[in-house]
Amino acid sequence: MHRNPSRPLAPHLTIWKWGPHMLISILHRITGAGLAIVGAAALVWWLVAAATSAKAYESFADHADNWYGVVVGVGLTWAFFQHMLSGIRHFVLDIGAGYELSTNKLWSVITMVAALVLTALFWAFILVVR
Amino acid sequence: MTTETPLGRVRGLGSARSGGHHWRLERMISAATLLLFIWLIVSLLRLPALAHDNVVEWLSSPLAAVPMLLLIVTTFWHLKMGMQVIIEDYVHDEGNSFLSMLLLNFLTIGAGATALFAVLKIALGGDAN
Repeated sequence: MHRNPSRPLAPHLTIWKWGPHMLISILHRITGAGLAIVGAAALVWWLVAAATSAKAYESFADHADNWYGVVVGVGLTWAFFQHMLSGIRHFVLDIGAGYELSTNKLWSVITMVAALVLTALFWAFILVVR
Repeated sequence: MTTETPLGRVRGLGSARSGGHHWRLERMISAATLLLFIWLIVSLLRLPALAHDNVVEWLSSPLAAVPMLLLIVTTFWHLKMGMQVIIEDYVHDEGNSFLSMLLLNFLTIGAGATALFAVLKIALGGDAN
């Protein structure tokens, strides 16, 4: 697409009041890209380390158990649950349901809250139950 | 050089009958990835620990190895389709777009094949020293 930069561009990103439906839309993309890059790399590292040797696995586990590993881990699980739930929301929207403004807003908020709750439950299970 | 707009050029030609392919496939792969990831999360939480022995023993079983292989295929396919949409949306220069797609394909297929090989090595290799 070739745009003449001297012509004005509609201020579509700046004039709208932000709402949960806009936030969840861009979050779906950001979490998706994050999972595609960091998540996929972690998955490959984990599997290759397990297939290589106990020593290689230990090196992976040492990084994963370190504070920065836990930060990345919590970030990835939150991104995963957020992307999963907003993905399910997309399935619902794809069948043509949930476009009513109040419904759309409600489900957007529920999706984001549920992602945080699932992340907390997941880590509570790992750190407390186990 | 033509003064026609892109829309004006295609108007009246009818449907290409293939435009929905990426969209439909993306939904199908997404559904498969969703189910397989629910399986993975539940399986990992059910393991007594995530030490090397636990993971190797778990992946040695076909009941874990087969869904894991499927998960790798759908996950890398899914992320390739998603990243493709992001590139199409933000990379407008034709050369950069081509290069990004090339890189995306190389990286996803390369990383996916590496992950598949790792699971197969554990599942078929017997002893993972």
